[in-house]
Amino acid sequence: MIAIVDYGMGNLFSIYNALVRVSGEPMIVTEPDFSEADGIVVPGVGSFGRCMEQLARFGEALRQELDEGKPVLGICIGMQVLFDESAESPGAQGLGWMPGKVVRLPSGMMVPQMGWNDLRITREIPLLDGISSGDRFYFVHSYHCRPDDRSVLAATVEYGTEVVAVVENDNLAATQFHPEKSGPRGLRILENFVRCVRC
Amino acid sequence: MLARRIIPCLDCDLGVPQGRVVKGIEFKQIRYAGIPWELAARYYEQGADEIVFLDITASHERRTTMTDVIRKTSEEVFVPLTVGGGISSLDAARTAFNAGADKITLNTAALLRPELISEISQAYGNQAVVVAIDAKRRCGHEEGKTVIQLLEGECWFECSIYGGRKFTGIDALAWARRAEELGAGEILLTSMDRDGTYDGFDIPLTDAVSRSLQIPVIASGGCAHPDHMYQVFRHTGASAALAASIFHFNEWTVEGCKSYLAERNIAVRI
Repeated sequence: MIAIVDYGMGNLFSIYNALVRVSGEPMIVTEPDFSEADGIVVPGVGSFGRCMEQLARFGEALRQELDEGKPVLGICIGMQVLFDESAESPGAQGLGWMPGKVVRLPSGMMVPQMGWNDLRITREIPLLDGISSGDRFYFVHSYHCRPDDRSVLAATVEYGTEVVAVVENDNLAATQFHPEKSGPRGLRILENFVRCVRC
Repeated sequence: MLARRIIPCLDCDLGVPQGRVVKGIEFKQIRYAGIPWELAARYYEQGADEIVFLDITASHERRTTMTDVIRKTSEEVFVPLTVGGGISSLDAARTAFNAGADKITLNTAALLRPELISEISQAYGNQAVVVAIDAKRRCGHEEGKTVIQLLEGECWFECSIYGGRKFTGIDALAWARRAEELGAGEILLTSMDRDGTYDGFDIPLTDAVSRSLQIPVIASGGCAHPDHMYQVFRHTGASAALAASIFHFNEWTVEGCKSYLAERNIAVRI
């Protein structure tokens, strides 16, 4: 079973249906109890600050599962909250599981970045199995992650600057794009995640 | 770099069970092209970058709700879904988002009450709000309007509402800029002069609007051949091309259009 953290920030049909499609047996989790889950998806909706407000009560339980080795996948804002802080919500503290901060996309570009951008894979990881550089994924975001430790990088896209698209550190991974809205290749990434959960 | 998007548009009559996608034949007759979610799934399989549903139900009775259509579609379609037609309040928008829509389009309601754009974009983010503009060419120079120089002379563009049945006197270019300020994340720009003609997109209109905005513009109206998509991408800043009949009539698949564009060095998602 894969838990989708429902912290009350919007509809989770897309990610739920996408996980059903790749036989991921999703379950929506509204309380910080992941005992029945083999893997966890942290979706992202709304702003960094509001997301952290709602997500805070799940933080401890999530950290515990992570330490026990359960695979966790953050999506979009669900990736950004893994870092320390964001220019979107000054003063709000992120989960801080990946050192670094979240900054605004460069001026002069259309913000939000909205559309299909082509990936540049910088490191082969199981999550990106079957995915090649040049494959396109669907992005919708105004801020992007700047990890202090570049060894977590797995893929980037170009959008006026280098934008981090995928990070991974052991059983913690995240995508800035929406795999559940990225067509067959997005489903492939979710399928890879499900496979990681089962192995 | 972002790919230019190809967006099939499904005009839905929800007055029959399950709803029907409606296609026009020679401007008048209306024929049913299929059940909305089945057609959406077909275009998804062909590589559509996004799906737009527009509710054009004429009867008072809606036997199927747009909520059902979106729910069913999101089980099969894993690209962004946009829903419009008659959304006139934050509540109506919320219903669409809760059903699984990623974006909503506003047209008449936004022109009648522009603050609606801000209300929805503040609640759901500006990426979720598409303002649809139906623009009609008006020949000649008119004081206070954004005038465009064409080969055939000067003109400006007027916004219409109620599906083209009423004209507002409002300058489409000025309205597009205002909509952006109010929080629109995208403009769906339909040329009323080209819609249904199969003569291709209105290039000067699309060019003028896309150049004056920071947000993406979706070109609409008149597309009957992938070359029309090529022309609008080659000559304007449009981020996406929306089309209906070209796909409903099975003359071209989304895939076929994208290959055509890719061969001519337009960045598309293949």
